[in-house]
Amino acid sequence: MRTSPYIGLHIVIAILALLPFVLPNSFYLDLAIRMAINAVIVLGLNLLIGFAGQISLGHAGFLGIGAYASAVLPTHFNLHPLLAMGVGAALAGLLAALVARPIFRLKGNYLAMATLGLGIILNIALRNEAAWTGGPDGMPVPALGLAGFELSGDRQWYWVVAALLAVSVWASLNLIDSPFGRALRALHGSEVAARVVGVDVARYKLAIFVMSAVFASLMGSVTAHYIGFVTPGVADFFHSIELVTMVVIGGMASVYGSLIGAVLLTALPQALATFEGWETVVFGAILMLSMIFLPRGLVPTLAARFGRGA
Amino acid sequence: MLAQFLQFLFSGITVGATYALAALGFTLIYNASNVINFAQGEFIMLGGMLAVFFAQSGLPLPAAMLLAILVPAGVGVLIEKLAIEPVKGAETVSLIIITIGASLVIRGLAAVGFGKGTFSLPAFSGETPIDVLGATLMPQSLWVLGVTAAAVGALWYFFNYSLAGKAMLATACNRMAAQLVGIDTNGVLFLSFALSAGMGALGGILIAPLTLTAYDVGVMLGLKGFVAAVLGGLGNGLGAVVGGLLVGLIEALGAGYISSAYKDAIPFVLILLILFFMPRGLFGARLTERV
Amino acid sequence: MPLLEVSALSIHFGGVKAVQDVSFNIDAGVVYAVIGPNGAGKTTLFNLITGVYRPTHGDIRLDGETIAGRSPEALARRGVARTFQNLQVCMNMSALENVMVGAHLRLDRNLLKAALRFPALTRRDAELREEAAELMRFVGLIDYLSARADAMPYGALKRLEIARALAMRPRLLFLDEPAAGLNPSETLEVDALVRRIADSGVTVVLVEHDMKMVMNLSDRILVLDYGRKLAEGSAAEVRRNPDVIAAYLGAHA
Repeated sequence: MRTSPYIGLHIVIAILALLPFVLPNSFYLDLAIRMAINAVIVLGLNLLIGFAGQISLGHAGFLGIGAYASAVLPTHFNLHPLLAMGVGAALAGLLAALVARPIFRLKGNYLAMATLGLGIILNIALRNEAAWTGGPDGMPVPALGLAGFELSGDRQWYWVVAALLAVSVWASLNLIDSPFGRALRALHGSEVAARVVGVDVARYKLAIFVMSAVFASLMGSVTAHYIGFVTPGVADFFHSIELVTMVVIGGMASVYGSLIGAVLLTALPQALATFEGWETVVFGAILMLSMIFLPRGLVPTLAARFGRGA
Repeated sequence: MLAQFLQFLFSGITVGATYALAALGFTLIYNASNVINFAQGEFIMLGGMLAVFFAQSGLPLPAAMLLAILVPAGVGVLIEKLAIEPVKGAETVSLIIITIGASLVIRGLAAVGFGKGTFSLPAFSGETPIDVLGATLMPQSLWVLGVTAAAVGALWYFFNYSLAGKAMLATACNRMAAQLVGIDTNGVLFLSFALSAGMGALGGILIAPLTLTAYDVGVMLGLKGFVAAVLGGLGNGLGAVVGGLLVGLIEALGAGYISSAYKDAIPFVLILLILFFMPRGLFGARLTERV
Repeated sequence: MPLLEVSALSIHFGGVKAVQDVSFNIDAGVVYAVIGPNGAGKTTLFNLITGVYRPTHGDIRLDGETIAGRSPEALARRGVARTFQNLQVCMNMSALENVMVGAHLRLDRNLLKAALRFPALTRRDAELREEAAELMRFVGLIDYLSARADAMPYGALKRLEIARALAMRPRLLFLDEPAAGLNPSETLEVDALVRRIADSGVTVVLVEHDMKMVMNLSDRILVLDYGRKLAEGSAAEVRRNPDVIAAYLGAHA
């Protein structure tokens, strides 16, 4: 019974390995890549929201830091893309720590408000600093490569992103079932109980928040290189909300829920394109309905119905 | 110098009044249910847009305004009945997402119904600016401030002298105890959504002649109203009003003296500073946790 | 030297003096009970000593070292454990995991090693799982080894908190009404459990309303009334004390 979470990992790997051979064309391969990228971001965000119980409403801001680090640093400073990616991640982590340190000394969910503010400021900065960022129109991103080899074509990208996803699922499963992960879940369950057994609550919240910010930044870089172009929309408030929605719809505190949430919400805009002009209405209605009827999210609700752990 | 400062002051306080009404809306709902209603901004948008729509369809302005308050209030009640009441006790994130979903539905419907253009509402009493020590004051600004003050006064009277108002205060203070003494807490929730949507819409109507309106103005207005509510100490009515005026003022002064490109960022820098240095806001209560 | 020395301890919430000028000592190895009518300040006293509240005045010493105002996590490191009157069980975890969390400070909490599943960590976790199961058996929760916490009845959750506290391997254990809400046979089991814990060398401090249990278990008893110390002594002494009798019969002068 105790090994069951890892069975899912094997299924995920099997699906990832077979997918490119059954997808009919590059349109679907592209969709699969974007799903996988979102899934990695959502895994990190779910550790924060679902497991530690802290809400970030500005995660797209961290995505934006990574994406723009990968665009701006190689373009303007001739930095190697991999180095740029690292600088972006470090910056995102630093900023997250800077903002969250004072916040986590408080009781209550102030992180939501602080991240909301941070995300919007970052987005406005990206729009305004046109000399560096290209302003609202965005800017191109150079290709990602190492030692003469350049990552190109959807196939190559797919395998890189799929590997990232598989490793992220594995690492998330490991983390949850570890002393660190239990402390995280405990402080969500009862903060005072966690404290009296010796969990330094503020430090754990900070660690997981910084980690999820770094994850988001790295995946922001990956997205930027994959698409080859970046616009301020990546750091939009609405994008932050989309990411949170993926967590909640798939299922808070569920690793596989994160995957389902990312897959569904990445596909949704494609599906909604048929509603011409009504996309926003339908999207909003889906958010409301799923929260009203599946408040715990898809995977935990279904798992409970069929009597299996998730 | 003085003229310029006065100019910033006028525009800051005028838009601040709108933030104050939005912040009051956040406060009312937060006190009744602990929900942070991210659809608050859409009520502001609905107020302005509906006033334009009803006025254009031939109604006299006062009637158009009244309808533009009542319809959003009805929408607020609908959201409460259909989406908030059924999920009582859900996690904060779920509630946030429900209200965001509601805001998307409202905004999307507005885009379909009114189109994506910008609209303007005629000023209530002429467009001739008043000269005050070299700065110009639009008559509409006086309307904004006057009506906002009247609305805040009415709300204050309602809370202090009416049974329904006192019931709402009691519920905010302790929901369980309020229920035990026989207060209909669902009724309180209902009323708080109606009032808060109506307040937001009023703010939207008042400001529309000065700033133009469009289907998507609600996002920023709502978020800034939220900043104002936090600045005032989330849950405190007086704080919401003061917070709203302050946010408007700081935004106008910052845009004028520091950077107009970063005008929209100023309230959000403010919210970070508040959280770092005075997390309970200006008037927020100090709470002790019981274990 | 006593294990715990409390001197002139007070806390005020606004105008309410919840605990006022309370002093007492607890020797290592005893079972010490704190009793008093509802609202006497018993739980507040626990919250003060375990770092949940910060005292307004007074001092608390553990092994001679001042701990007043220290955070709960700092006290956990010094071997202070507690349970709660209002249950503080992590309902998002399994029963066993709740107990495992108690061992938090004895484990390698590194994030990176955990994410990469270092073998040393997994081995230690497997041992801990055994240890936690053993503790659940010790407190009488053998039937709930694979249960989710949110599927357990009230009485079992009370004991789950005790198991979690024991997983800390504490020197000083505070039990806040361990028998509240339990039926008579469950109360007897908890009575025996506290006895076993004390016999294993843990100093137990107890808040409890069940007088039979208190008189039966305690080496010394502290009586609080309106936040003040009314009496302290052995069970027999306290029982004879006229002030205590007056307070319990409500015969205030």
